[in-house]
Amino acid sequence: MSQQLTKKNEMDIPLRHKETKRQKTNLYFRKKIGWLFVIISIIAITIFNFYPMVQAFLLSFQSGMGGNLEYVGLANWKRLFGDPTFIAALTNTSIFLLIQVPLMIVLALFLSVLLNDPTLKFKSFFRIAIFLPCVTSLVAYSVIFKYLFGVDGLINQFLVKFGFATQAINFLADPFWAKVVIIVAITWRWTGYNMIFYLSALQNVDKSIYEAARIDGANAIQQFFQITVPMLKPIILFTSITSTIGTLQIFDEVVNITNGGPGNSTISISQYIYNLSFEYTPDFGYASTVSYVIVILVVILSIIQFRVAGERK
Amino acid sequence: MKTFNRAMTYTFLSIAAIVSIFPFLWMIVSVTNKSVDVTQGRLLPGTHLITNLKTLFETVEIVPALINSTIIAVISTFLTLLLASLAGYGFEMFRSKGKDIVFTILLLSMMIPFAAIMVPLYRMFGSVSDTLPLFGIDTLGAVILPTATTAFFIFFFRQNTKMFPKDLVEAGRIDGLSELGVFFRIYVPTMKTTYAAAAIITFMNSWNNYLWPLVILQSPEKRTIPLLISNLGSSYSPDYGVIMSAIVIATLPTALVFFLMQKHFVAGMMGSVKG
Repeated sequence: MSQQLTKKNEMDIPLRHKETKRQKTNLYFRKKIGWLFVIISIIAITIFNFYPMVQAFLLSFQSGMGGNLEYVGLANWKRLFGDPTFIAALTNTSIFLLIQVPLMIVLALFLSVLLNDPTLKFKSFFRIAIFLPCVTSLVAYSVIFKYLFGVDGLINQFLVKFGFATQAINFLADPFWAKVVIIVAITWRWTGYNMIFYLSALQNVDKSIYEAARIDGANAIQQFFQITVPMLKPIILFTSITSTIGTLQIFDEVVNITNGGPGNSTISISQYIYNLSFEYTPDFGYASTVSYVIVILVVILSIIQFRVAGERK
Repeated sequence: MKTFNRAMTYTFLSIAAIVSIFPFLWMIVSVTNKSVDVTQGRLLPGTHLITNLKTLFETVEIVPALINSTIIAVISTFLTLLLASLAGYGFEMFRSKGKDIVFTILLLSMMIPFAAIMVPLYRMFGSVSDTLPLFGIDTLGAVILPTATTAFFIFFFRQNTKMFPKDLVEAGRIDGLSELGVFFRIYVPTMKTTYAAAAIITFMNSWNNYLWPLVILQSPEKRTIPLLISNLGSSYSPDYGVIMSAIVIATLPTALVFFLMQKHFVAGMMGSVKG
């Protein structure tokens, strides 16, 4: 509709003011002024996003210490496959992704369905409580989780006191438990965030569909899988893409809860890139190669998720 | 059966609520306790609030960190709102084929992982350190600039501009306002709620940003709040009461904003998926 309107205007104006040259320049000016509104952002995003992407690509074929870089062809890319730290980082990030994202999305969906019940009491209390973790900064909550799961932390005191464990578990020094803590932490922080998206989408679902299903004898589980999930498909797709991109880049939690340890068992790709560039002797070239792995993963996973979810919106 | 389901629903929701709130309660209670009490798992309020705060302000450089974080967050928010709303308005009000293509390309930047561009960005700011001292490495300017324009907020403003009545623009033009005049005198005042929602989210992102400041800031006096907390958290002999105080102070602004402006808060979050 709006397109039709502007088209009509464009035709009207020159007809009406055919004579004056000044009006003509005015119209020309108005057509161009739109670019003035957007130009600063275009330049800024080009300088701070696209240009660095190109730079990183070029860097991924270079190697050397600090500023002394030279082209080494595909050597960095070959180095990737034989680099145990990189393989550990890739494996850990994949584990976080494959377990945490589905876990969180299912949990958030489930909570939002429970909260969508119109007869439920204390609804806003539950909603606010479950959303509350989102107001914390990633660093702050990471430090809290690190202390909670420490050897003498509250979780261990609780486990021992109530007989769930005979002695304190050193969560953060155990390769398996350290990963569990990271996954629990991210799930704690982001479940409420995703739940809010589902809740608002559920409010737009026509209640009569559920009534019709109930009359047809569908139980709660059938209703969930055959009405709720298909109706929320676009928003589930959106949240799984944002969560995937987020988890692929996980940094703050890993650095502040386990610092990648014990022995690289929780190191993430982002942390490895940071370490390669700023903790070890800087090798910006190889760091850029590793960073392109994240780029490739983001692109591939986004495409897969679009495919799985069927048609693009 | 029905009452059983009901009971299960309340049980499950209560567990979720307790798990969500518990770390907050622990954090707040710990602010009032001695470090020893915190490690012994004391869950009752103590009398050490003043002592902890005093130690925090005397031994930890929290005031400069608060000032740095505030400066960065305020300027970032202002720049993001200005640039993103100008662009969102421009892309929607002056639609053309060329602009639509450019817009789609800009959206692609949302997929770029920050870790992939931080090294080139670091080198870029390193190379201008001498010519542009305000934006070199270890400056607040360098923290602000790369975060000041994001495709996400251009998208956000464009989506919201779709609902802006175009008649108002025409009316402004007839009244003799320039194009920028229309924008600042008519668009900005009418879109207050959109600006509020965007401001909350930008401020929070900036206040909590960790990786980029960690990369670009070096001297201790330039530290932002997340850098300070991360530093306190990794110390070998932590004073828990004091660290918890720092965390509570860091969380207060965002928690307050959330409780006072819940509607805008959620609107800002959801902005991306409307329409």
